[in-house]
Amino acid sequence: MTDPLSVPYREREGSVTMSAMDAGPEIAEEREAELMTLNIGPHHPATHGVLRLLTTLQGETVIETTPIVGYVHTGIEKSCEDQQYWKAITFVERMDYLAYYSNAMAYCMAVEKLLDEPVPDRAQYLRVIHLELNRISSHLFWLATAALDVGAVSMLFWGCRERDQILDLFEMSSGQRFHTRYFQVGGVMEDLPPGWDTKCRELLRDLPARLDQYEALLDGNEIFIQRLRNTGIVSQERMLELGVTGPMLRATGNPWDLRKAMPYSSYDHFDFKIPVGTVGDNFDRYRVRMAEMRESLKIVEQALDGLPEGPYITSNRKVALPPRHELATSMEALIHHFKLVTEGFRVPPGEAYVAIESPRGEMGCFIVADGSAKPARVHMRDPSFANMHSIQPMSEGALIADMIASVAMLDPILGGIDR
Amino acid sequence: MPDATGLELIAQRVRESLGDEAVVGTQYYREQATLQVAPGSVRDVLTHFRDTDPEPYERLMSVHGCDYLPEEPRLGVHYELLSTDRCERLRVKTRLTVEQAETEGLPSIVEIYPGAEFHEREVFDFFGVVFSGHPDLRRIAMPEDYVGHPQRRDFPMGGEEVLFTFNEHELPRWYDK
Amino acid sequence: MEVIRQKLGPADEFRAKQMNAQRMLRGELPDDELQQYVEERIWLTTLEKAQNWARKNALFPLGFGLACCAIEMITIIGSPRNDIARFGAEAVRASPRQADFMMLSGRVSIKMAPVIRRIYDQMLEPKWVIAMGACSSSAGMFNNYAVVAGADKFLPVDVYVPGCPPRPEALIYGINKLQAKIIENPTQGWRERYNAEGTEERA
Repeated sequence: MTDPLSVPYREREGSVTMSAMDAGPEIAEEREAELMTLNIGPHHPATHGVLRLLTTLQGETVIETTPIVGYVHTGIEKSCEDQQYWKAITFVERMDYLAYYSNAMAYCMAVEKLLDEPVPDRAQYLRVIHLELNRISSHLFWLATAALDVGAVSMLFWGCRERDQILDLFEMSSGQRFHTRYFQVGGVMEDLPPGWDTKCRELLRDLPARLDQYEALLDGNEIFIQRLRNTGIVSQERMLELGVTGPMLRATGNPWDLRKAMPYSSYDHFDFKIPVGTVGDNFDRYRVRMAEMRESLKIVEQALDGLPEGPYITSNRKVALPPRHELATSMEALIHHFKLVTEGFRVPPGEAYVAIESPRGEMGCFIVADGSAKPARVHMRDPSFANMHSIQPMSEGALIADMIASVAMLDPILGGIDR
Repeated sequence: MPDATGLELIAQRVRESLGDEAVVGTQYYREQATLQVAPGSVRDVLTHFRDTDPEPYERLMSVHGCDYLPEEPRLGVHYELLSTDRCERLRVKTRLTVEQAETEGLPSIVEIYPGAEFHEREVFDFFGVVFSGHPDLRRIAMPEDYVGHPQRRDFPMGGEEVLFTFNEHELPRWYDK
Repeated sequence: MEVIRQKLGPADEFRAKQMNAQRMLRGELPDDELQQYVEERIWLTTLEKAQNWARKNALFPLGFGLACCAIEMITIIGSPRNDIARFGAEAVRASPRQADFMMLSGRVSIKMAPVIRRIYDQMLEPKWVIAMGACSSSAGMFNNYAVVAGADKFLPVDVYVPGCPPRPEALIYGINKLQAKIIENPTQGWRERYNAEGTEERA
């Protein structure tokens, strides 16, 4: 073996010397027409994770963009096939890691559909409360990082501050800041702890004023507006063709939202509006998400006010664990507990696809059951994955700086794209 | 969702316009309608649903692959269609054997639904279903030089044992090996 | 090495100290008093120790968000509640050339591993790695075909932070542990352990 140190460092590392930098001005004119391939990512602070964009540039104009993904492919779908139904919830939550409640909700609803298991009203309301708080926290984090990408650094601190408050609520109800595994097949894990309601109402009281502050900070910011307005415009027809959903689609003026269009859980009980944009540029995407947070606050408030009494999980002992206190007194409960923990529950063979509206669009879960206690196939239709199609029409022909703004407003979650 | 009768009517209309052999069967389970079609006629059926059917499904939400291992034909590809006007979903499903999937495969539907591009690449990557006519059929999640299609059920789960502090001393100087 | 902060003491004592200093500047202090004066005020240490002390308190992390843990990693920087600037590690660098340590936050897939190794090679010595979360420490729950079972399979890891994902406090504790490690034993001994002599960077 040759001594690695005998090779010069630059050669060992394989980096390239930019000889074109030293070239004279006559080459500079040629360079105007010359195409340059620029690789952005997978390690780049503006790609929101490990997205890799292979761009072809002419000057500063993007001629072509190819998103390359797979850098956090984790094989979660395969891992789920090796887990019992109720243990796979932990795995699906780690796909779209900002919308973990949505992941768990889509999965639990698909399993409930296959089992034909009704969910109690209180559980449905608790699910809606957590889903909407999760939507707010996800949008806050998007706001923090997306504003950072277009130069508004202080938004990172504001966004994280409010998000911490929401995560505190999650921690109170489930014990984890995120990846809570709060949703169970047939209901939720536990009822709300005492004091949760008060804390949540404090948040509901504070957050609108805070959102006003953010808007005052950003909407009047000339740099922010110039970077977003009229950049990354894609028409509604194109978005529909590409299968884009969520705030990206609603920014073009199409009010498609599964919470209204095909209500699931208890969304039909609440009064809320679907914000839509007009032009479909990056600024509309920003405004739609800001307005969505306010609507989500309304839903949480209504759900807290109308929270029905009753069980928080189904009483079907074949699916849900018996309450802890029964284990000491009832032999039957102990047997159910043992069977469920060791074997899990069996799901009759069949296929189901259930879709919900995650913060980024349609989050679908497709499950094939083969009659055993483990799913034969779990597939998540992740909104980030489908929305990624819109990177090409958004960025091609635009300046490279606008492409960064467009990717920020796309809000891709790479864990969801790669799974 | 179309109900069971509605599904039969849909299947009937597909048979009328594309011939009897296009439709293999219908399944209606838990209020979800599935139309099973022959692998060769996937593109025609989806074109029919988008353009000519009186109750069109203009959006394709997802394409997923599936491996029904003990059964034959083994592989399945599902297309989730959505009508935003009527708020209805329909699943078009096709089944094909491994040999079929790797040789002739399925006709690509990227031309009629451009949003299927990444989904088809994903099915190709994980299940090895070739989509003829796809503009850029490469692996999407696994490295380009990866061998095998990892989400088939006969593909091993993989993984390896991890040395922790508690079991490290059982193998002295394990790092020499 | 440790900085000891002393209280000023009563006013007259303070006044006496001032007088002493003035006399020293004028060169009026007798030899034995001068000896004592200097001994009180001068620290003797080795250059390496002083350097490590400086390094420990100005760590530049490489912002390397891989998956879920990246969100908690951003939280320790962005959230006012867990301000990592208290420990001098808030200046996240995007370029590996400027970074001191890498926080591997999230699962390391087989596709990403060569990229991480390449970025690690581009970092300047001395460099450290924190494996944040169960996945990058040991593949955690995702021990399957797509994930490398622990980042220590392809680069030396100094601190492992358990959790899925670890709380921000846990990560801050991990960074504190790394700081303690830097000041105690900066070479870490991993070159001997991994049999990696010859990977030092040379000018």
